[in-house]
Amino acid sequence: MDPLRTLWETFFDWESMREALPEMLTVGLPNTLILAVSAALLGSVLGMLLAIAGISRTRWLRWPARVYTDVFRGLPAAATILLIGVGLAPLGMQVWGPNPYPLGILALSLIAAAYIGEIFRSGIQSVEAAQLEGARALGFSWGEAMRVVIIPQGVRRVLPAWVNQLIALIKDSSLVYFLGLVASQRELFRIGQDYAATTGNESALLLAGLFYLALTVPLTHVVNAIDRRLRHGRPAAGPADDIDDTDLALPGAAGGNQR
Amino acid sequence: MSIDTTTSVSLGVRDVHLAFGANRVLRGVDLTVARGATACVIGPSGSGKSTLLRTINRLIEPDRGDVLLDGRSVLADDPDALRQRVGMVFQQFNLFPHMSVLRNVTLALRRIKKLPEDEAVAIARAQLELVGLVGKADARPGHLSGGQQQRVAIARALALQPQVMLFDEATSALDPELVKGVLGVMADLASGGMTMVVVTHEMGFARQVADTVAFMDRGVVLEAGEPAAIFETPEHPRLRRFLSQVL
Repeated sequence: MDPLRTLWETFFDWESMREALPEMLTVGLPNTLILAVSAALLGSVLGMLLAIAGISRTRWLRWPARVYTDVFRGLPAAATILLIGVGLAPLGMQVWGPNPYPLGILALSLIAAAYIGEIFRSGIQSVEAAQLEGARALGFSWGEAMRVVIIPQGVRRVLPAWVNQLIALIKDSSLVYFLGLVASQRELFRIGQDYAATTGNESALLLAGLFYLALTVPLTHVVNAIDRRLRHGRPAAGPADDIDDTDLALPGAAGGNQR
Repeated sequence: MSIDTTTSVSLGVRDVHLAFGANRVLRGVDLTVARGATACVIGPSGSGKSTLLRTINRLIEPDRGDVLLDGRSVLADDPDALRQRVGMVFQQFNLFPHMSVLRNVTLALRRIKKLPEDEAVAIARAQLELVGLVGKADARPGHLSGGQQQRVAIARALALQPQVMLFDEATSALDPELVKGVLGVMADLASGGMTMVVVTHEMGFARQVADTVAFMDRGVVLEAGEPAAIFETPEHPRLRRFLSQVL
């Protein structure tokens, strides 16, 4: 057989793709979104708490945040997911039964929180001290000044890096397949892999890849649009402030994707 | 311009000391400002003028000494509550760039004074009217000139009906042609009866508007008095040298 043709059929066997498509749409896509969106929400909330702890004046908050970040950023995502998803499974069994999703989402969130915490922290710390002084001079307490004045500005500056982290989450959500999923819980990757195994070619997996790209590529364009807007769009707070925006967004964005 | 200055009170700074490590920034500062009077603080950079202002509203806590409002020490007060009574205007305006001009002015009214939205907006609009910027209420600070931003910052401080206003080199960051408008607002405020402490390099303003001028150098007030005395018959050699350099 013509080797080129074999290669073509390995990846672009339309029949295999057509077979996998309905289940990808009705089962895989919703499940991937459930995993990624839940973990994004929980991870962002935890990340914000970590960021605030990380800039706290009390070392009893700063140190745990530091250690947490080092641990969860330093471990391979697969190891963390297995450790939590399998390690805590007996505990989870008591609470919600044999469903691997809660622990999978927890593990994804804990990993994402470590990265998102660093992103938020760098953004918050980039806001000029004068802003805090301005708010304190109006009578705001430290906490209220952070909440109303500093954090909103800091987060805005690192939105591109934050979106990058959400992209990483969409991809990492595929790792929950380690935890063993029943048919209705399979997400895009697992469905693609299962079809690839039964059809003997990789076309279904390629289709799963296309689904991931359909989710992540638009998001990368969202990042770029935000970045452009911060850079050129509105002269948000005078020229100096705009330069800060871009300077900070870029290293954060790069860091966000490194695993 | 008619600003409500019925709330203004006298201010006293008594023997205030402050050191950052070995750096003794304030070494026993005294300053008395009568109710409704304006004191201008002049002096070379690094003499402790801006730090002095920050000890008055306790953005920085003095190591020792006392700060009196209406004759009563404020050092035991809740600092957040104190700062609502002492308005401050900064060299770099410190407006919040992510909020409209109107929101900058209403923020503390809503969040701290807990006023309902419509009441806060009414007060803010009235204050913006006084500084001639009610037309910019919906703009972001970044779209305003430096002079306009500083006038918004003044409106923001005045909206809380402070008892005393502090100005920290309010015109130093402005282009020369924008200085006049801001000084005009400050002069109106002074003649309207607000108690003010103005750290400034604008000697003309100090001469015309101040009731008292205090010359600071190396963390102490070396000489204080009426503007005419300070500028026409300065006694301390350091003051004479300073004036010969800036006038």
